[in-house]
Amino acid sequence: MTATAEPEVGKARLRKEDERLVTGRTRWTDNITLPGMLHLAVLRSPLAHARIAEIDTSAAREMPGVIAVFTAKDLDPAREIGLPCAWPVTPDMKHPRRPVLAADKVNFAGEGVAVVAARSAAEAQDALEAIDVEYEDLPVVLDMEAALAEGTTVIHEDLGTNENAVWVFDSGEAGTGGDVQQAITDAEVTVTRRFRQQRLVPAFMEPRATVVDPTGPQLTVWSSTQIPHILRVMTALTLGLPEHKLRVIAPDVGGGFGGKIGVLPEELMTLLVARKLGKPVKWNESRSDCMATAHHGRDQIQDITITATRDGTITGLKVDLLADMGAYLGVVAPGVPLLGAFMFNAIYKIPSYRFACTNVFTNKTITDAYRGAGRPEATFAIERIMDELAVELDMDPLALREKNWIKHEEFPYTTVAGLTYDSGNYEAATERAKQLFDYDGLRREQEARRASNDPVQLGIGISTYTEMCGLAPSRVLGSLAYGAGGWEHAAIRMLPTGKVEVVTGSSAHGQGHETAWSQIVADQLGVPFEDIEVLHGDTQFSPRGMDTYGSRSLTVGGTALVLAAHRVLDKAKPVAAHLLECAVDDIEFAGGKFAVKGTDKSVGIQDVALAVFAAHDLPDGYEANLDSDATFDPDNFSYPHGTHLCATEVDTETGRVSIRSYVCVDDVGKVVNPLIVEGQVHGGLAQGIAQALYEEAVHDESGTLTSGTFADYHLPSAADLPTFVTDRTETPSTTNPLGVKGVGEAGTIASTPAVVNAIVDALRHMGVADVEMPCSPMRVWQAIQGGAR
Amino acid sequence: MIPARFDYVAPTTVDEAVRALADAGEDGKVIAGGQSLLPVLRMRLAAPTKLVDIGRIPELRAIREDGDAIVIGAMATHYEVQRDPLVREHAALITAATDTVADPQVRHRGTFGGSIAHADPAGDLLAPALAMDAEMVVAGMDGRRTVPAAEYFVDFFTTAMTPAELLVEVRLPKYTGWRAHYEKFNRVAQSWSMVAVAAMVRTDGGTIAEARIGLTNMASVPVRARAVEDALVGQAATAENIKAAAANAANGTSPTSDGNADGEYRSHLARVLTGRALTAAIG
Repeated sequence: MTATAEPEVGKARLRKEDERLVTGRTRWTDNITLPGMLHLAVLRSPLAHARIAEIDTSAAREMPGVIAVFTAKDLDPAREIGLPCAWPVTPDMKHPRRPVLAADKVNFAGEGVAVVAARSAAEAQDALEAIDVEYEDLPVVLDMEAALAEGTTVIHEDLGTNENAVWVFDSGEAGTGGDVQQAITDAEVTVTRRFRQQRLVPAFMEPRATVVDPTGPQLTVWSSTQIPHILRVMTALTLGLPEHKLRVIAPDVGGGFGGKIGVLPEELMTLLVARKLGKPVKWNESRSDCMATAHHGRDQIQDITITATRDGTITGLKVDLLADMGAYLGVVAPGVPLLGAFMFNAIYKIPSYRFACTNVFTNKTITDAYRGAGRPEATFAIERIMDELAVELDMDPLALREKNWIKHEEFPYTTVAGLTYDSGNYEAATERAKQLFDYDGLRREQEARRASNDPVQLGIGISTYTEMCGLAPSRVLGSLAYGAGGWEHAAIRMLPTGKVEVVTGSSAHGQGHETAWSQIVADQLGVPFEDIEVLHGDTQFSPRGMDTYGSRSLTVGGTALVLAAHRVLDKAKPVAAHLLECAVDDIEFAGGKFAVKGTDKSVGIQDVALAVFAAHDLPDGYEANLDSDATFDPDNFSYPHGTHLCATEVDTETGRVSIRSYVCVDDVGKVVNPLIVEGQVHGGLAQGIAQALYEEAVHDESGTLTSGTFADYHLPSAADLPTFVTDRTETPSTTNPLGVKGVGEAGTIASTPAVVNAIVDALRHMGVADVEMPCSPMRVWQAIQGGAR
Repeated sequence: MIPARFDYVAPTTVDEAVRALADAGEDGKVIAGGQSLLPVLRMRLAAPTKLVDIGRIPELRAIREDGDAIVIGAMATHYEVQRDPLVREHAALITAATDTVADPQVRHRGTFGGSIAHADPAGDLLAPALAMDAEMVVAGMDGRRTVPAAEYFVDFFTTAMTPAELLVEVRLPKYTGWRAHYEKFNRVAQSWSMVAVAAMVRTDGGTIAEARIGLTNMASVPVRARAVEDALVGQAATAENIKAAAANAANGTSPTSDGNADGEYRSHLARVLTGRALTAAIG
């Protein structure tokens, strides 16, 4: 066994995990069947706001196969406990109790009111129809501004308000910049806009599911979750269970996009029912239930003002947000707008900045993190208003950006929001994007089409974005009142036969950890890629972890892996020196071999592993163990950036938007696996374009989700999307030894404003200044009609 | 999601199928390709207690020529219709519309007859059938009867058939030499039509001799754009004449409003798409 000469990092390795994930022949939670297992079905409220007068479960109890029916009243301690929120953004934040099952009142359509445990899933489903619930309608609160108005129905009466929290950042007060009010007073040019971030459904491929086994020494929970470690701690704390008696397993998980970072009422009710009945219990859900009850994303109203001098120098930025929390609080929901608070200033040098966010309760499904979490919203608003400012100044929108962005020689650069961007090269990414896009040629074509009054108009949209990845420095999280740290853990086990097991605390759900982690370890230890097995997602063998979200896995978890590998080598060196009969200082390690400097004498790392296992001939006092672990807590975020250019053709007769070309040049630092990066970029673009053009979770006036199936919620497929032209520049991050930045969310963050900017650019001469998302054909057509009037 | 419990029979002749339906009465339902019915059952929007699967009746699968007509068996899949040379030659409008139905998976399972009998006004085969004056051959306990397309579609998801009747085949008069185009407008590639226009034209030199136009999703049933048809007859096939005629496309329609389009926008689309369909058909 010899190590490969060529480094593994940087290779476009096919993903180890894809065969089982793509064929589905693997351990999804719903594929787990245990002896004697019961099936749980949840009766959900059809009403968004109502009192529960009575629940009659007597008929359901008599149905075939039914073992038990529970409501909040008879499933202790469902009535007392509340689901956790880990991010109390302000000391006086209002935190309504979210019960596992609604007891007296339902606050959104889809809230659980009763559960049936039956021998089969079909019998459980049938029994739901035999439960009789008497509701008394209450007025529904759906609009955020109406929710805050005087005299409005208060959803959580004990709180006395529909306001969850108000969080403010002011650069004048923080000492990171000037007073934005002064900037507005002094401004030569001021542009103010209101943008809406519509509600989105995360739409992961595998709906949620959980299996709980109460038999055996520990209570075991399998869940289709992104956060097995956090789920274990939170479940222990919420239910008062001893943590060491709880084992949580995230088997293969079919996507999440942030949509599986919750602690679910369904997870807890399954656990409670399993414990009460003493039998394994499975809960799974239909796509319809998933769309109505799994947390939604976005849903903000953004009022944004930008000020500048006549020559195009930005002088101030003011942002006022309303953020819809839905009926209760998700695990990190109140903090999602804060993740955007540091990103509205984007790549620009802005001398004064103020951000204020008001979180609001409504009678809707809860919101929480969704791919990008706060940063797509911020990036959209700043990149849209940069275009509006360019129009106001009669400048080319790319020239305006260039005038204001941080130059590559100015890094590290501390922004008006207080973050220090370690590295970047916006000039290089933009130059490359312009070449690939033929920016000047398309501008000429746009002029020609305008001149000829072509029914199909051409528009160019720009998005020069950055984002903060690698959640997160624990101290920063602490200063923002987040309930946990942001470190990550890794462990490496050297097996006697020279094979390697890697345990990561970052819980993969489709990202490709098994492949990328193998590549990193292969280089660090000089062992073949195929000889490495990456384990994740089970608190039994991976007790420490902070899981996967916020593009953190590689920057934080990958760094922990490198540190652990260094420790393995440190432990192996004395053994190698002993075997080679030389001093430790004379050993050098390369390509999987420990060699005596200046000689051809060497011993492979696999031989050292075997020698340590046998332990027959080791240095005196040597502890026979090469296994090592490490925890990494970053000092700073990482800051991917890039330039995205989108050309849209807008059919002015029908309002249909077609993306003619899409070019993105991303800088995600060092690349471990270009194929994985490419996949993340493509998927991210699809999701971001989908927000611009297609997707919206719509509630009717009664609070019912009317876009609750994929027939009504328009998820685009490859047939709806253009061929993406992607490229990269590579400016390594200086905040981690790998030089990596994270790529999980970049495409989603960057693409939405590029598309909408392109649509508005195509129609600007027809009097259109904005189109609300999603820019459906009808909305675009109506905007054209409105512009013409 | 799991459907409510139901009985299932799979007869091998039309007579057996009709008898099974008659026995089941109001609680019976025919299942053909299952592409519309299964989601309805799984979401428990309906709970028929007996499903009569007509997938094992060989005679329903055939596509054949019968004198002046092309006859499509109710169980012919969209995929089979799409590739059939007889349909392409004599009923090109059906080929064009079938090309746009959903995606390849659905086209392999879904059936021509199922689509017609389901009578979803957003379905893509209704308007072509209407425009072509198709005849639906329906079997019941008293034998077979023929219902003209203009009488067959009654309302949203409602046809002139009784629950005990089965759609056996659809007879399409031959429109050999006509030029056809189906202009579909939807939100994403696989979704239903917001509005679509089925247009078929016979030209004589540069003149439009005859035109037949059916509109998808402009009312609770497919509708003919008679005002456009009438305006085109005898006209030169010029862009101006087509545009002028297409301006009448929404006359007499009653489009619904939904999340994708309100009535005003649908009417606008009908006019634009009719012009495009005619232009594409004439070529």
